[in-house]
Amino acid sequence: MDKLFTKQPSQNITSRRRFLKASAATTGGLVIGFNLTIGGRLATAQDAMAPVAAKGPNLNQPNAFLRIAEDGAVVVQVKHIEIGQGVLTSLPMLVAEELGCDWSKVRSELAPAAPVYSHTAFGMQITGGSSSVVNSWVQLRTVGAMARMMLVSTAASRWKVDAAKCRVANGMVIGPAGQKAAFGELADAAAMLPTPEKVALKSVKDFTLIGKPTKRIDAPAKVDGTAKFGLDITAKQIPNLHTALVAHAPIFGAKVKKFDASKVNGISGVTHVVQIESGVAVVAKSFWAAKNGRDALQIEWDLEGGSTADTAKMSKQYADLAKTPGVVAKKGNPDAVKGAVKSLVAEFELPYLAHAAMEPLNCTVSVAGDKCELWVGSQLQTLDAAAAARVAGVPVQNVKLNTMLAGGGFGRRTNLSSDYIVEAVEIAKKVGVPVKMVWTREDDMKGGSYRPMFAHRVEAGLDAANKIVGWNHTVVGQSLVAGTVFEGGFVKEGVDATSVEGIVDTPYDIPNMHTTLHTTKNGVPVLFLRAVGHTHTAFAMETTMDELAKLAGQDPVAFRRGYLAKQPRVLNTLNLAAEKANWGSSLPKGRARGVAVHESFGSVVAHVVEVSMEKGALKIHRIVSAIDCGLVVNPLTVTAQVESAIVYGMSAALYGKVSLNDGVVEQSNFDSYPVMRMTEMPKVEVYFVPAGEAPTGVGEPGMPPIAPAIANAVFALTGKRLRSLPLDLASLKA
Amino acid sequence: MVLFTVNGERISTNVNPSTPLLWFLRDNLQLTGTKYGCGMALCGACTVHVDGNPIRSCSTPLSAVAGKKITTIEVIGKTPVGKKVQEAWLAEDVVQCGYCQSGQIMSAAALLAKNKAPTDADIDVAMSGNICRCGTYNRVRAAIKVAASGKGSPAPAAAPAKKPAKA
Ligand code: FES
Ligand code: FES
Repeated sequence: MDKLFTKQPSQNITSRRRFLKASAATTGGLVIGFNLTIGGRLATAQDAMAPVAAKGPNLNQPNAFLRIAEDGAVVVQVKHIEIGQGVLTSLPMLVAEELGCDWSKVRSELAPAAPVYSHTAFGMQITGGSSSVVNSWVQLRTVGAMARMMLVSTAASRWKVDAAKCRVANGMVIGPAGQKAAFGELADAAAMLPTPEKVALKSVKDFTLIGKPTKRIDAPAKVDGTAKFGLDITAKQIPNLHTALVAHAPIFGAKVKKFDASKVNGISGVTHVVQIESGVAVVAKSFWAAKNGRDALQIEWDLEGGSTADTAKMSKQYADLAKTPGVVAKKGNPDAVKGAVKSLVAEFELPYLAHAAMEPLNCTVSVAGDKCELWVGSQLQTLDAAAAARVAGVPVQNVKLNTMLAGGGFGRRTNLSSDYIVEAVEIAKKVGVPVKMVWTREDDMKGGSYRPMFAHRVEAGLDAANKIVGWNHTVVGQSLVAGTVFEGGFVKEGVDATSVEGIVDTPYDIPNMHTTLHTTKNGVPVLFLRAVGHTHTAFAMETTMDELAKLAGQDPVAFRRGYLAKQPRVLNTLNLAAEKANWGSSLPKGRARGVAVHESFGSVVAHVVEVSMEKGALKIHRIVSAIDCGLVVNPLTVTAQVESAIVYGMSAALYGKVSLNDGVVEQSNFDSYPVMRMTEMPKVEVYFVPAGEAPTGVGEPGMPPIAPAIANAVFALTGKRLRSLPLDLASLKA
Repeated sequence: MVLFTVNGERISTNVNPSTPLLWFLRDNLQLTGTKYGCGMALCGACTVHVDGNPIRSCSTPLSAVAGKKITTIEVIGKTPVGKKVQEAWLAEDVVQCGYCQSGQIMSAAALLAKNKAPTDADIDVAMSGNICRCGTYNRVRAAIKVAASGKGSPAPAAAPAKKPAKA
């Protein structure tokens, strides 16, 4: 998926500008709305989206990215959802750099669903693919520059001077004779001007804000409890708001046969019990009443046709399938391995993973007449609004979707089925009162939309000079997009690009590499999870490279370098991590290092991990990371996101596993689905490879290489090769 | 009838005393700063102080807090320790999605109220019940140390490499 998102918008967007309008908003001041068609978007993705995008919500929104109020406040509408990745800060930085405003006056707001807020490469409003800054890079700097030019023109004509002789600084226009006017006093008049035809953007060397460590705008509200997440909508904001919980089927695809609500009716606070498509909803005056009501429900399920997926059985099936060639994803020479002097076969298994974002899924809906309003943390507003319209039975332009802060996303809110949105709208429509539908942690964990289970089998070999001669790679797993609106864009000739990304486009110069794919089906809902296909492909690739290094009798870093001669970014990133970690230097007895490097979302990350065994348990002491993400917009954000991806990846490497027994998900909460805690945190150091004129992805690329780096360190320490995730640490004790 | 105080305000309620304090705070008092993450005392998102001690409000029924003083994230900044903790959180640019942070701050404030100079081991014990899926743990630890020392420190920045390393 990364290739679809990270394609750089072409730099000539202003000439392709369709329209741009500035207007005095009802609130006064200068408002810049913007609608661009830019070059460089992929026809495949666009084609897939076209029907949806065309019918997308056309809301009565200000259509603005920027508002400058008379008091000088600069309000930036952020079209991407804030899920922790820092867009409420990094996107306004792009505007402010060109605008030349006083950064302390900048505020940011989450934009609602509207076509104007579409992803510039993807044609719909979506937050994914580590592309929020990337796709806004030209767009938002252009917005800032246009506003600046209009403010300068206004001041210049007021002073009767040449606009070219004026400059801006800290929210002021400064004239040739030292005249000064604050943006706020100019904003109303500036809004009357036509928008500039041509905009010249600053060059990198002139940046004063981009590249500077800049603290998060959203932090104060998140340390004093005032930040409003989706779950925090109350009757204060929406009168008569009720809470709804849904009793879901025990297996995916099962339906309600009948239910008995007689024990529910006596529970104080419960107002409605209604059957919906996916189960039975209990609506009440409070969460706790709804929960008690749901506990008292008796439901008989029709399990016929439900999923019988069983991960223990799938484990064997997938491993067997991997031994046979699948659909060719990238053709090489599968027979080349036969000529190897030394060879290896490596079989990998990776489980279903739940996103387990900190805020359990929820959606608040009010359906009144032919209008539907939602408050939801959505990473895919366009599809969610369209789904809401369909279920509510209202025209999509009558759907108002308010984007809420979300307690993590990790892809779960890039919701191709809009599952929990659909449920909430269905309930609200049925009961006729506004509802906040809440999934408990258990609902969230058992609710599917997992990173799919995958098996990989690699057969690779070396020649007499210890060079790779062939690499046959077979992948087995479900498609993320089959049957969804994304299918047309991602699946080509039977191959879902997200299943093999990170293999077929590996930066390593591996001769004769041959990759095939078996796409399985089993009724378990799957979805993008942070770093998508790279979450499993990097593990197979980087573990195999390590095994080959061992087979060749070479140092793992040196061996990798041998295949990166044409890849300076990857090479530099690997080298920087190795250098900062003192790769090759001696360690205290009982410690060892492991390394992995991977390219994804247009960026490269390398990790060096230092481990030991303490009292029979693996201890991870230190992680040294290097990232090349092009131009660093906000060093604080980039560092934080690499740290975050490491922790998320460590949880997956050490613990993450959703298993199904005859269709039933066996995990339900953080006791059965453990995640990283503070006690297990190693020291983490993050270094940037200085590079680039434009940014590339940041939120995800840190995750793929962490699991293989840990596994490779475990190998260096113990000589045991762990090829399945989560790592079987118990086996190390033996 | 249950009687207690929340953030200094006397509360009496007829809500079923088996109701968890978390949902009373959120649904009845509309104090939504305290978060729901697991409902089983596993994640710490719902941490509040009862008579100064950090507790998981999702697993504490109203009956258990009768006669007690409850403090939530909404007013913790009015205590000297809470204020220091919040300032340190801003100095270290700790938050990401922010959802776990009310609970992290309440746990940290309770720790520092009793222990002015916590060691790493003390911090581990006090904070291990608070999950952060965004992975802010090292910054949380750094912020606790900043709050304990009373000194602000600039937010941690990645050290940029001087030049690309050579092969
Ligand atoms: S919600 Fe109370 S500990 Fe998780
Ligand atoms: S900041 Fe997102 S869960 Fe901690």
